[in-house]
Amino acid sequence: MNDRWQGYLRADGRKGIRNLVLVVYTVECARHVAHEIASGEDGVHVIGFPGCYDNDYAIRLMLALARHPNIGAVLAVGLGCEYTQPERIAEIVRQSDRPAEWFYIQEHGGTRSSIAHGKALVSRLRSLARERAPRVSMSWGDLTIGAECGGSDATSGLAGNPVVGAFFDRLVDAGGRAIFEETVEMVGLREVLVGRAASPKSAREVAAAYDKAVGYCQSVHQYSVSPGNFAGGLTTIEEKSMGAVAKSGQRPIQGVIRVSQPPPGPGLWLLDSVPDEHFMQFGYTNPNDTEGLMDLLSSGSQILLFVTGRGSVIGCPIAPLIKVTGNSQTFLRMREDMDFDAGRILSGEVTLQQAADELMELVAAVASGEASKPEALGHREYFIMYKHQETPSLEAGCRA
Amino acid sequence: MKRCLQIHPGDNVATLLEDAAAAESIAVLGARNGAMALLEPIRLGHKVALSGIPDGGAVVKYGVTIGLATRAIRAGEWVHLHNTRSQVDVRSSEFDAETGAARDTVYE
Repeated sequence: MNDRWQGYLRADGRKGIRNLVLVVYTVECARHVAHEIASGEDGVHVIGFPGCYDNDYAIRLMLALARHPNIGAVLAVGLGCEYTQPERIAEIVRQSDRPAEWFYIQEHGGTRSSIAHGKALVSRLRSLARERAPRVSMSWGDLTIGAECGGSDATSGLAGNPVVGAFFDRLVDAGGRAIFEETVEMVGLREVLVGRAASPKSAREVAAAYDKAVGYCQSVHQYSVSPGNFAGGLTTIEEKSMGAVAKSGQRPIQGVIRVSQPPPGPGLWLLDSVPDEHFMQFGYTNPNDTEGLMDLLSSGSQILLFVTGRGSVIGCPIAPLIKVTGNSQTFLRMREDMDFDAGRILSGEVTLQQAADELMELVAAVASGEASKPEALGHREYFIMYKHQETPSLEAGCRA
Repeated sequence: MKRCLQIHPGDNVATLLEDAAAAESIAVLGARNGAMALLEPIRLGHKVALSGIPDGGAVVKYGVTIGLATRAIRAGEWVHLHNTRSQVDVRSSEFDAETGAARDTVYE
């Protein structure tokens, strides 16, 4: 199997599997111009934050995405009267040894002239990104991969998530970093998760993240299980949780990371994306699947795995998203969107271990440059929202 | 022969891999291979009791307790919201077993 491929070395030592230009807009009012700048351009992706009032969490998340290993250069675009400052974003990105530019639409004479100006900047940034990033050899130990599930059915807990879990075991054994999240879908499994902690410190972190998630569910009187889940045969949140946690595999949990923090070492990590309790109460945790993918992306995942039984068509900017389904009918019906059919485990065509080996080969091919299905289709959905979550302060600092 | 999957050797329920009818004999795959007869029709993705579970007893899947029986369940019976409740989610007994629709929400 191919287990070594060419990547792009970044100044922080991380390696990218793509070398993209990222356009970041700082308020909803700049959204149209930002997307028009990227439209028709090769290797240019867009993210942005809709709010006019800024938010520490959202800024931290955008800065993590702008300095993601798959990103080679950044253009920040603002309208000109919002709180979030595109100039600061460009400045901090430059400190990471990436070329970056910024401008305000209001200073460039409106929509058409801003789009033309942005396209000229993007074209220059793309050439600079190509010149600037050294090509280096990389392998499993250089990869961080995040996994999430959505649009689940009964096959997700039986085949889709277990095959991702078996692949995660292989990734961890090869020295890579694996991230799973959705702590609100771990309810009922406190002992199971704490029992998998790699150290006493990790056990305390896992217990705290678990207790916060349960507190959140109790406060909002809602557990992450829906009428569609019940109709499909899931009886309790505990049952759904075990199916969801299957994608974490069997290896010890090294610790808990927060949104925008890369895993500090190799192994399996739990990402806590639940908002902290705050003066505005909790806010929302996972309003949709794309929001969760942004969290995994912010921790530096160069590739994302998404398990869907019913069949979701979302993709992701910055990192290729690989679609795994445990339902062979979904795979056949939505072939253009699905990368991997884990339903063959349930039909007895392949074993779980054989399927995990095949998935590992697919991941290696995508890491080597092959486009995943959502990537080739041009799916680049993103979602950044207001949230409150404490983390260590940023070195460069933003408005507190 | 229709199939169901027992995930963990300690499980007392198995998940149907296709729709099956009452009195139908089905193959139990996975941890313990064998066959069993259903006492009622059970749909794809839903669970059958592999052995009797007493009132208040643990319903075990993936090797962990996923809920408690709210009445005695016989081997071959459908295990779902009508005879099992969550230990965490207080609304767990308020959902329709067939459709999953919440019955505790007041609309008017």
